[in-house]
Amino acid sequence: MEILRVEGVNKSFGGLRALNNVNFSVEEGTVQAIIGPNGAGKSTFLNCMIGRLAPDTGTVMFGDISLTGMKPYEINQVGVSRVFQTPEIFSELSLIENIMIPTMAKRDGSFALHAFKRLDQDAEVRDKALHMLEDVGLVEKRDDISGSLSRGDKRRLELAMCLSQDPKLLLLDEPTAGMSRADTNNTIDLLKRIGDRGITKVVIEHDMHVVFSLAEKVTVLAQGAIIAEGKPEEIKGDPRVQEAYLGGAHL
Amino acid sequence: MVTKISPARDYLLFGVFAIAVLTMPVWLAPIGAGYPDLLQKFAIFGLFATGFNLLFGLTGYLSFGHAAFLGVGSYTAVWSFKLLGMNPIPAAILAVVTSGVFALAIGYVSLRRSGIYFSILTLAFAQMSYNLAYSVLTPITNGETGLRVLESDPRLFDSSANADGPLISNLFGIEMTGYAGFYFCAVVLLIGFFIAQRIFRSPFGIMLRAVKTNQNRMNYTGLNPRPYTLAAFVISGMYAGLAGALMCITDPLAGAERMQWTASGEVVLMTILGGAGTLLGPILGAALIKYFENIFSAFNEQTLHEVFSFLPDFLEYPVVSVAGLFVGEGWHLTLGVLFMLIVIFLPGGIMEGVSRIGRLFKRSSSKAEPSGATAPAE
Amino acid sequence: MDVILLQLLNGLDKGGAYALIALGLTLIFGTLGVVNFAHGALFMLGAFCAVSFNALLGLEVVTVDETQTTAWGTPLEVRTPYVEAYLGDFGAWILNYSVPVSILIAIPVMLLVGFVMERGLIKHFYKRAHADQILVTFGLAIVLQEIIKSIYGANPIPQAAPVAVRGAADIGALFGFDPGVIVYPYWRMVYLAFAGVMIAGVFAFLQFTTFGMVVRAGMADRDTVGLLGINIERRFTIVFAIAAVVAGLAGVMYTPILPPDYHMGMDFLVLSFVVVVVGGMGSLSGAVLAGFLLGILQSFASMNEVKAIFPGIDQIIIYLVAVIVLLVRPRGLMGRKGVMEN
Repeated sequence: MEILRVEGVNKSFGGLRALNNVNFSVEEGTVQAIIGPNGAGKSTFLNCMIGRLAPDTGTVMFGDISLTGMKPYEINQVGVSRVFQTPEIFSELSLIENIMIPTMAKRDGSFALHAFKRLDQDAEVRDKALHMLEDVGLVEKRDDISGSLSRGDKRRLELAMCLSQDPKLLLLDEPTAGMSRADTNNTIDLLKRIGDRGITKVVIEHDMHVVFSLAEKVTVLAQGAIIAEGKPEEIKGDPRVQEAYLGGAHL
Repeated sequence: MVTKISPARDYLLFGVFAIAVLTMPVWLAPIGAGYPDLLQKFAIFGLFATGFNLLFGLTGYLSFGHAAFLGVGSYTAVWSFKLLGMNPIPAAILAVVTSGVFALAIGYVSLRRSGIYFSILTLAFAQMSYNLAYSVLTPITNGETGLRVLESDPRLFDSSANADGPLISNLFGIEMTGYAGFYFCAVVLLIGFFIAQRIFRSPFGIMLRAVKTNQNRMNYTGLNPRPYTLAAFVISGMYAGLAGALMCITDPLAGAERMQWTASGEVVLMTILGGAGTLLGPILGAALIKYFENIFSAFNEQTLHEVFSFLPDFLEYPVVSVAGLFVGEGWHLTLGVLFMLIVIFLPGGIMEGVSRIGRLFKRSSSKAEPSGATAPAE
Repeated sequence: MDVILLQLLNGLDKGGAYALIALGLTLIFGTLGVVNFAHGALFMLGAFCAVSFNALLGLEVVTVDETQTTAWGTPLEVRTPYVEAYLGDFGAWILNYSVPVSILIAIPVMLLVGFVMERGLIKHFYKRAHADQILVTFGLAIVLQEIIKSIYGANPIPQAAPVAVRGAADIGALFGFDPGVIVYPYWRMVYLAFAGVMIAGVFAFLQFTTFGMVVRAGMADRDTVGLLGINIERRFTIVFAIAAVVAGLAGVMYTPILPPDYHMGMDFLVLSFVVVVVGGMGSLSGAVLAGFLLGILQSFASMNEVKAIFPGIDQIIIYLVAVIVLLVRPRGLMGRKGVMEN
């Protein structure tokens, strides 16, 4: 079953055609990667899906809900979470608080005025957050201020924040950018592990190693248009991809 | 970290705070601050700053127009005296309601912008209120003279208080001046502090901190920052309105100068001085500023000469003339200098200073302290 | 028609002062990234340069003229200012032109003030939060105005314009309106011309000099300019000093229009900030445009005909315009995206 369906999306910035009639769909429960050279329109595409940018034309359907024109928090509330290229976390708060916030957002909706309850008495939220931190291996640091974490740990925290909401669809924008090889492999393992939860994932990635170890299907964007789509092995051998992506060099 | 503080510790903090506030007449007497007028100011401005801190300290939105709500609260209280009678309780309740409505309207518009744009919007609204209170709104505010209660006012539920003498707010016969007035303000402050404490520890409180830290992440986490911030703005406006009402309860006169932007600046100052984002800081800041204002502005050349009389004459005169700049009329100079020093050297305010000293003390006394992050003093 | 023209003229000189202060504020904000709440105090300091110069000139020597006697029969004491006693006619001329001449004093003084302020204080706040910058400069503004207050007292000190431009011109008559309808003081014309020259000077400086080019580049993208290996820090100091001079001179020349007192800086600051925000943070032309616009609007709003329709409008017009502009055009009239929003 399709969970996400993008049809005929166009987006221009002034004279620059960033997205040119993009059609794209994601099967539920799969991991799909979007690759492409720099400036291919990957981030624009993601931003159109998540409500940060409004596409000029076209529709983005999530199940039977249209995401076009929805606010970012509304899109999240229907079950789409996003990991950013540079980790977006609450850097002045502790790790456990960082996870409690999305957990409450999932449970209580986009606005709930619980001004007289004690947060630390909310066992449900607290346990869930602790469990999540354990999953990503950050539980010992639960009371540290998250701004003091290493870059890799910040990413893991952000991932945990998204996962704590049990999203139906998880969008990952270069989840391993700037990581060491060891950290990258850890992240791949982590992403594979959470694959078991049945979360559909769309990954935008530069690193072919990551793409080929995670994705079941790969979409190649170049100059705002989809030039190829298929299983990783097929994409590897596709001459059009090699031409666009690497200027002819072999993967 | 909010989640690290246990309920028991909070009740202890509240208990100690309550005792400290209620016994202020005793322990502040030796430093010359034990008299009711000043104590009332401590409580009133402490409440004002506590409310301001709920907005600025938690969400980081710097309002430069909070004095407007102080003024609205004051006018409402005096009108309540004029129409309903001199009982402080309806006055306080009505002041909270009207200032809340005002804050809702102003906040709804101002919060469409952030950063300095928000500050300027709130400033603009406050200046408009101030200018209007002085000019066209004179029928409501009595312009420059200030609004006061007159013998001829209806005071519906106050038939018993038709006796002669000045009209003073009274709670079932207890006149709200002197120590009675202070204790009324102190109780209101304690209620205000208790609510603020609960907000600090609540899910709502953590959402407000999230607004300050990263609104983008908040949006992509499924949370709408706007209503959270607006709620904080309204609550903080209500605190200001209540403080304004207390001013009139202890002295039934409301003037427009209360709404001027310098008054807004004063509460910013108090909050920063004590430590924005901490529970006790703003109250401490308010008390310190009011205390020093009182002490310093009472000094004059004569008293300075007495203070420095131990110096040899050739030193005494220059010292006195320099010190003279900072006292009496020049008190604001002291305030300005103090303010700069705090912002430059202690951006976290006095509470940060206290926790720094506390950490130093801890480190030297017990090296075995586990390496967890040290909680800021609250 | 004539009434409208008169109000237009009346708004221009106030608008000129707003524009000059806002220009400096924007320059400082755009290049240094600092929100300077002490900028109004610089305007005030400039005005008090004129006051001090005048007071200095006013020091008198007392001579006794034996040839004349007073009504009491005692020899007449003649009080002559020192400058006049020493410099004769030239001294009298200086006395007469004390306001414009004090510009010569104000330039070095304001340069020095700007230099000391930037090196001593502002420099340390480049990397701090905007709230901290606002607060520390706010504190500084209080300190500066209290120092002036302790020297000159709390009352306004009127300054006279030179005799030649003391009167008012019947401009209306020149353009065929009834005489006596559009009367405009000469000094305000002088101020307007002065404001125009200053604004043109700042723009020309930024447009036609290499230094100005670097400053403009810095306003557009500070990081990149820094990466190019240009010592932007030293330029910051100069920019700050220039902005201080602009504000100071605006203050000097404004003294005959508004007798200066210690809190005039704060009064102008609040309005100038509104001007900057309306114009768009970081836009120099926006600041100038908004300065004149708000000055003129304010003067129109104080017309009796307008007040009859909207009571109290003169009291709130500037703030009202600020609110509307900010809501309709979030970044002000000519602001850029992403400036100062966090």
